[in-house]
Amino acid sequence: MSTVLSQRGLNWLHALTADAAGQSGYPASLKVVDAPLAGRPARYLAVVPDADNRFPRARHGEVGLLEGWSLGQALDEVIAADRDAPVKRAVVAVVDVPSQAYGRREEALGIHQALAGAVDGYARARLAGHPVIALLVGKAMSGAFLAHGYQANRIVALRDPGVMVHAMGKESAARVTLRTVDELEAFAAKVPPMAYDLDSYASLGLLWETLSVERIEQPGAEDLARVRACLEQAEADIRAAGTDLRGRLGAANRAASRRVRELLRAQW
Amino acid sequence: MSDLNALLHSRSFVELGARQRASALLDQGSLRELLDPFARVKSPWLEAQGIVAQADDGVVVAKGSLGGRPAVLAAIEGGFQGGSLGEVGGAKIAGALELAAEDNRNGIPTCAVLLLETGGVRLQEANLGLAAIAEVQAAIVELRQYQPVIGVVAGPVGCFGGMSIAAALCSHLLVTREARLGLNGPQVIEQEAGIEEYDSRDRPFIWSLTGGEQRFACGLVDAYVADDAQAIRERLLGILERPGDALPRSRQYPRFLDLLGRYDAAPQADAAAVRALYQGDQA
Amino acid sequence: METLSFEFPAGQPARQRAQVGCVGSGDLEVLLEPGPAGRLSIQVVTSVNGSAERWRHLFERMFAGSNPPALNVDIHDFGATPGVVRLRLEQALEELSHV
Repeated sequence: MSTVLSQRGLNWLHALTADAAGQSGYPASLKVVDAPLAGRPARYLAVVPDADNRFPRARHGEVGLLEGWSLGQALDEVIAADRDAPVKRAVVAVVDVPSQAYGRREEALGIHQALAGAVDGYARARLAGHPVIALLVGKAMSGAFLAHGYQANRIVALRDPGVMVHAMGKESAARVTLRTVDELEAFAAKVPPMAYDLDSYASLGLLWETLSVERIEQPGAEDLARVRACLEQAEADIRAAGTDLRGRLGAANRAASRRVRELLRAQW
Repeated sequence: MSDLNALLHSRSFVELGARQRASALLDQGSLRELLDPFARVKSPWLEAQGIVAQADDGVVVAKGSLGGRPAVLAAIEGGFQGGSLGEVGGAKIAGALELAAEDNRNGIPTCAVLLLETGGVRLQEANLGLAAIAEVQAAIVELRQYQPVIGVVAGPVGCFGGMSIAAALCSHLLVTREARLGLNGPQVIEQEAGIEEYDSRDRPFIWSLTGGEQRFACGLVDAYVADDAQAIRERLLGILERPGDALPRSRQYPRFLDLLGRYDAAPQADAAAVRALYQGDQA
Repeated sequence: METLSFEFPAGQPARQRAQVGCVGSGDLEVLLEPGPAGRLSIQVVTSVNGSAERWRHLFERMFAGSNPPALNVDIHDFGATPGVVRLRLEQALEELSHV
């Protein structure tokens, strides 16, 4: 299988942080960069390809054992650093993750626990009052997105065919549901949560904003200014509205999620 | 004698359905189901795909008590769509945990038990299942600040996908010998990485890596219990009596990064090497 | 998948409701609720197409002339055999008299 490694995450991270140096003490597959957002300190995180990753199934930007636990570390540092600060710094997850790592080493060593380390970090950062924003510049797939981005208060996606949120790749999803890829695509066309395109995903109400850019692979000055402004608005919105995930429940396609919560509250 | 006696009086937990499991664990007579099947809050997405929906969407949520403590329990029915989580079932679990956290902020110390029997996201509701699981995870971390959130993986389905991450966020995790716990299902690993990497038909191999006994031996779960409803209930009560003050496993990145740093990742992994690694620093 | 409806004469309404089973392979879920006096209404949602006659025979054998309680019955079927259907229905009716 020939795979062109995506550099989007790395390129956007460099652009947003004006090429600031990364923190040391992390694997090459996790970039941790401290740089300002809206004039205040912030931490930017990206999981990126590392052809020399010690774990061979995590060399294409997948979120694996080292990446999951190290995200937990990077987020715990942020929480500790601002423990007594009245204004907590923002965290920006730059998301371009093709999948979690699928492999024997990963299952044996407990990749589910490593990814929980990342989720734990993001969720606690949010609960501690840190604005957490996810910027989707490429794929945001399944367990990888759960670990890196899905705990954000606000999710911003760039409009591009390469930006995709899904639970499973088409071939595997077809195999598991005993359908052909054609059948899967036919259902995806009429069932929005099954679809692979960004417009369908946006109809679920999980995105705070979508943005078009000129050069998705390597942003120019205008792209950068537009995205930066959007991140700043997202941060301000979180500081004004609170750090929970309630903002995700508003869409018509999430009516059942709201109804369940209303009924639970009524019967509680 | 006592072993024989125990055997004669044990009641398999694994064989019970979700609703029976809930009533076997909560204090007798305390169970009150929320959004029961007669509420008929079904999946809004399955029928368009020609799939028969279940009246409770495969998740039982019940309030009740555990040893007199206020508790909420969510049980996934592994028999319906492989225990997969869709929009409704996911919202039932997340919503229940959110209300339990709210209870705690209002001075009511509600704890939670999750009976996890699930392949993860229901692929027929893909992105809404994934979103719901993110919300379940958020709610576990939130509630865990106040009271135990105890996960139980009994089998036979096991706990996979995004819900294995949810299990790994629980303050305490119990498994039986019939449980498997792992991120990726064997079929999917084989599909993505090839049969050399993971042979989904080699059951002994899969159990050796992801079975309850191995997970307990590696310290990736807190308790290994018999397949007996009473034994599981007693274990839950014991945890609630003495929850301990250990840092949740999902916060232990220094230890796990240290161990992974010392692990030789060049050869393919096997169960014994992983046990040796994870037991090494606990001897 | 298809949805089928059936009706049979019945006696007085049942006193409570009952739920048994699960929409799992070869199994079905049965929900029983009290209905208007004199009528047993059954709605079946089944994954198996073209099975209306099979269901009718099964219900006729179970309910015709037996003066069942007045009920609204919902069945969610995932390819259960007639034997399993009958077992689940009997189990649900038994729960009615127990609770």
